[in-house]
Amino acid sequence: MIWNNNKECMPREQMRMLQGKRLHKIVDYVYHNVPFYRDKLQQMDIKPEDITSIDDIVKLPFTTKQDLRDNYPFGLQAAPHSEVIRFHASSGTTGNPTIVGYTRKDVGVWSECMSRCLTAFGVTRDDLFSVAYGYGLFTGGLGVHYGVENLGAAVLPTSTGNTEKHVRLLRDLGVTGIACTPSYALYLAETMEKMGVSVDQIKLRTGAFGAEPWTESMRQEIEKRLGLKGYNIYGLSEIMGPCVSYECEEQNGSHICEDHFFPEVVDPETLEPLPYGQPGELVFTTLTKEGMPLLRYRTRDLCALYNDPCPCGRTAVRMGRIMGRSDDMLIIRGINVFPSQVESVILSMPECAPHFLLVVDRVDNLDTLTVQVEVRQDFFAQGYDTFEPIFKLERELAAKLRSVLSINAKVQVKEPGTLERSQGKSKFVIDNRVLK
Amino acid sequence: MTVHQLSVFLENKSGTLVKVLKLFKDEGIQLIAITIADTAEYGICRIICSEPARAFEVLKAAGVAVSMSEVFAVELDDEPGRAADAIAVFAKEGISIAYLYSFRIQGKGALVFRTDKADKAREAIARAGLTIITEDALSNLV
Repeated sequence: MIWNNNKECMPREQMRMLQGKRLHKIVDYVYHNVPFYRDKLQQMDIKPEDITSIDDIVKLPFTTKQDLRDNYPFGLQAAPHSEVIRFHASSGTTGNPTIVGYTRKDVGVWSECMSRCLTAFGVTRDDLFSVAYGYGLFTGGLGVHYGVENLGAAVLPTSTGNTEKHVRLLRDLGVTGIACTPSYALYLAETMEKMGVSVDQIKLRTGAFGAEPWTESMRQEIEKRLGLKGYNIYGLSEIMGPCVSYECEEQNGSHICEDHFFPEVVDPETLEPLPYGQPGELVFTTLTKEGMPLLRYRTRDLCALYNDPCPCGRTAVRMGRIMGRSDDMLIIRGINVFPSQVESVILSMPECAPHFLLVVDRVDNLDTLTVQVEVRQDFFAQGYDTFEPIFKLERELAAKLRSVLSINAKVQVKEPGTLERSQGKSKFVIDNRVLK
Repeated sequence: MTVHQLSVFLENKSGTLVKVLKLFKDEGIQLIAITIADTAEYGICRIICSEPARAFEVLKAAGVAVSMSEVFAVELDDEPGRAADAIAVFAKEGISIAYLYSFRIQGKGALVFRTDKADKAREAIARAGLTIITEDALSNLV
């Protein structure tokens, strides 16, 4: 099923015309409403009238996460506050989250694109759909929620946590669809098994999974244990939230809602655009956004774009699986974690040496984070001969990490001089999650 | 009234203990008592030795996470029930013991313990007529 045949299956040339028209409009809009972009465009001697077709996008400046941080909280907002009806926030590296304001029209576009995703996943008005992404500042919960309502299916806003109650509701209400992170889906399956609820007792048939990297083997396992068909959904709060791209029944890449989010793939070093099929850094330009429009936003996600025809009938360009990141960000239980956040906590503790290691694992299908940190040698010179000072330090560190990262981390205190000294940033992280 | 004890913080992995003990060997410092307390990830190795001050400097210079503290060592007659009697003295006075271990010295038992109420413990030991083992007595052993 296709939600918006007109847009999702638009002939390519017509789509490019539409994109060109919208690009001109958005450049004109940010030129007159966002001083950051006006300054950049003036420095590059570009005027809105220079942008006449989608091919002109290469003339435009890039936007980075750092630009969002530097202009915290409202510097990149184009719409006046009176037009904004909602804010979301995503985690930042040094305490500054990214604040994204949405106008009523933005929320409408989001719901529309989300309905396209859900329809591709086979959801109809007859479904009862459980949204098990976190509700709150994170875009996952509310984003999917509005899409389900817009489509006309019934939404069950389960959010995260209280998994046993969730299992009971799945069984008792005959819930047919679900959206959550892939790791939570596996955790849900495990909880079901522990509670003695078999897959035959639930009616789930379709699932939207995203917000963290996952693999084909995870898909097979989720499908088997929950008795549903699992689809990939992709999005990021800077651009909108979940809904930016979605798999169709062919599952050979995720179709991008190209009439709203224009995709490019560029070489992360030279920033030169790359041809279809060649992997590089994914870049998005919002073509219709009012609240916080972004030009050529560098997602740091590495993947390739494909434009060969899809048997499903949709003409929209597809993106392949995310193959990695061009920065050091980790996604743990759907939450963005930067090693620099951990570093800032460790540097604030006088007992700790500035040497640490993040170990990411997947235990019982849930991501775990262990922070190993060296104590200074003089930590022990104060006459400590019991474990209590070590345990106290671990508790203090764990509490601080929780407030900065929004996830629980286990802390392991190490002897001075035992952690490997790293040259490159990547050495701070050991990611043992097997994604194949 | 007390003896010096070295506490070494060790991670639970092979080779960490031998690294420490090799330093004692190379410096000719003799162990009198050694005990290891462990949790899932860490161990604390507590050592009483012939030259604690020098051992402390040697370990520190080698980058070992070591601390030096003072503990009580009480001499007990070599017969059943003496440890129970001694601990009963502390229990009566409300003195709790953080950790305890023992070794033998010249045909007698030695009970080593650490308490947060050191002054109270010292008075209780004197009142009960228990014999304290001094550092001099220990260094004369070796």
